[in-house]
Amino acid sequence: MRLKTLLATAALAMAVGAGPAMADLVFPSLSYRTGPYAPNGIPFADGYADYLTLLNERDGGIEGEKIRMTECETGYNTEKGVECYESTKGEGSLVYQPLSTGITYQLIPKATADKIPVHSMGYGRTSAADGAVFPYIFNYPGTYWDAASIIVKHIMNEEGGDISGKKISLVYHNSAYGKEPIRTLEELSKKHGFELSLYPVDHPGQEQKATWLQIRRDRPDYVTMWGWGVMNQVAVQEAANIRFPMDHFIGVWWSGSENDVLPAGAGANGYKAVTFHGVGTDFPLFEDIKKHVTDAGKAAGDGSHIGEVLYNRGLYAAMLATEAARTAMKMHDTKELTPDMVRDGMEALKIDEARMKELGLPGFAPEIAVTCSNHGGPGLGAIQQWDADAKSWSLVTDFMGADREVVDALIKEDSEAYAKENNITPRDCGA
Amino acid sequence: MSPAFLYFLETVLNGLMTGVMYSLVALGFVLIFKASGIFNFAQGVMALFAALTLVGLQTGQVPFSHLINAIFGTDFHQFGWTLPAFVAVIGTLVVMIVFAYLFEKLVLKHLINQEPIILFMATIGLAYFLEGFGDLMWGADIKALDIGIPSGGSFWLEDVTREWAAEGSDYFGMYIDKLDVVAALVAVVLVLLLMLFSQYTATGRALRAVADDHQAAMSVGISLRNIWVIVWSIAGFVALVAGIMWGAKSGVQFSLSLIALKALPVLILGGFTSIPGAIVGGLIIGVGEKLAELYVGPFVGGAIENWFAYVVALVFLLFRPQGLFGEKIIERV
Repeated sequence: MRLKTLLATAALAMAVGAGPAMADLVFPSLSYRTGPYAPNGIPFADGYADYLTLLNERDGGIEGEKIRMTECETGYNTEKGVECYESTKGEGSLVYQPLSTGITYQLIPKATADKIPVHSMGYGRTSAADGAVFPYIFNYPGTYWDAASIIVKHIMNEEGGDISGKKISLVYHNSAYGKEPIRTLEELSKKHGFELSLYPVDHPGQEQKATWLQIRRDRPDYVTMWGWGVMNQVAVQEAANIRFPMDHFIGVWWSGSENDVLPAGAGANGYKAVTFHGVGTDFPLFEDIKKHVTDAGKAAGDGSHIGEVLYNRGLYAAMLATEAARTAMKMHDTKELTPDMVRDGMEALKIDEARMKELGLPGFAPEIAVTCSNHGGPGLGAIQQWDADAKSWSLVTDFMGADREVVDALIKEDSEAYAKENNITPRDCGA
Repeated sequence: MSPAFLYFLETVLNGLMTGVMYSLVALGFVLIFKASGIFNFAQGVMALFAALTLVGLQTGQVPFSHLINAIFGTDFHQFGWTLPAFVAVIGTLVVMIVFAYLFEKLVLKHLINQEPIILFMATIGLAYFLEGFGDLMWGADIKALDIGIPSGGSFWLEDVTREWAAEGSDYFGMYIDKLDVVAALVAVVLVLLLMLFSQYTATGRALRAVADDHQAAMSVGISLRNIWVIVWSIAGFVALVAGIMWGAKSGVQFSLSLIALKALPVLILGGFTSIPGAIVGGLIIGVGEKLAELYVGPFVGGAIENWFAYVVALVFLLFRPQGLFGEKIIERV
């Protein structure tokens, strides 16, 4: 009897473990709605959740298959983020958005071993763009190195194409994240002849007087910033205080939300940031969000963040994840997806402008075509600028590409080093 | 004067001003430690909570609106009015006094005669509770704080000091943030008020008596519980001042609670029981870290000011464990 029970239990366990995904499509959300970084975590998590709710309410899910979002609070803490991953992966989670470079670094080996894709959208390890070495990690539509290159390209455009002899400074969070663009900027400095100076700011960045006294003394022509959280707000305020021309101050996409500029009031007017998606609510999709989510009382938040930069980013992340799932369904001719199938969908993801229009987001972001070798996407970015009177961002350039010659070489170098350190034989992605 | 020397002076001046900002936070720690022997881990969060309350009252935000709306399905967020800054400050002060009263009534009263480490643990609990309570009450958004304090570089100082540089030198004047000057003036007034209060009022004398010897003070009829309420209220007021000054720099957000980390080296240096020590300690730390960042930082990769402050404090600790102005406690066995 006991043997029979044991065998039955084992059989059941094997059936559950080895079988296809559960009925719902599980999209985990590693969010941070508490702690010092909550003001940034909340709008992103709301945007992510609202898009998934919209698909459920309007379309009955993806291709009729309902979506279940499991939210886990990380507090933007790496250990908690890894705990969230471990505690939710067994629920059939299809793709993870770690929402933190620290968490991403921890998940790269774990998720690869578990065969669960990770989408670190515009953050994490830049060289993960090399799909031959990182088959389960994706960072499309752009990387930090793309961002650095696009900022320099914008400065060149502003300066009539020649920035030799100009001084460009980087104010950065003194962490792995903040240091990401340094290599790229150093290479670009050699290529274009500008003088690069570096100003690290220790966490959390509440006090930056010494940094800005140095900048005031050194008088760079442009300042670019890789900051996060309170560091951004203080930097924008200090730049305004020393009367640094704000249209010469350009942040990465994690230093370009409403949170970063509102506390400085009128002083922040003209501040710029690179972005990989559109701003505001002037897209048909937002009408659907209002009708099916907000007005129906199903919104994740109180609706006050809709259209903000980080809300739109969360929404865009959800759209990319669900489109990858849709692609996977078509590729594998099934609606019961596994994480591995979604990985295939991510690697074959193609979203052109016609599809963006169908999704209610015309012109919201550049076209995407992910491949086996390129997990970093098109690497395009535009520059957005803050209008303090209107309290809104607007795109002041078209989407433009990074310097592929410089960025791709750096990605190759770094991913090869990673492969060597970790005894990884890169996949053959063809020519 | 050479521009290099003027930059040095500018660094010292700004270091002093930053030091005053640190002192504002350290003062709250000193007040409570002096009167009750408690190291108040929650002082930084109190500054955050006070600033959140100030902005909430000033902008007419409905407290607990997320909770109310979630329970009753309503959509209340704003009362629709704004309060003058002065009224909002008074309102916040009342909230901080109520908070002090409740903390004494609900927590401290039950911990009389407990070891200092137990009281310290209670303040750790308070810090986490207050952070969550503040989030629930006022939301996690970053809030701009504007009560009319001037900010930005002073044109006047730039113009005056530009002339100090040697002729033909490319010097464009000395920088100082007007907000820092206001903070320095506020700190001076605050310290004077605290000293006058403790020297010339009956309550102030009672506070000093309790600080000297709890049991002796109680034996002459001083109510320890009332004194604790008063001390925590004053610390709440100091937290409000610190919250306003730091909140004006970065917006009011939950990172504000981390300013407590900046007060620790100040306390180690100045002593946990001395109000002048908090000021002098702040000034030394402020100047020390700024000079280190500007003149040593470039040789070691920069971003050294945070830990350099602790190095300075540690060096002092080795030679003068009670701090510059702290009381040397000699226990006879």
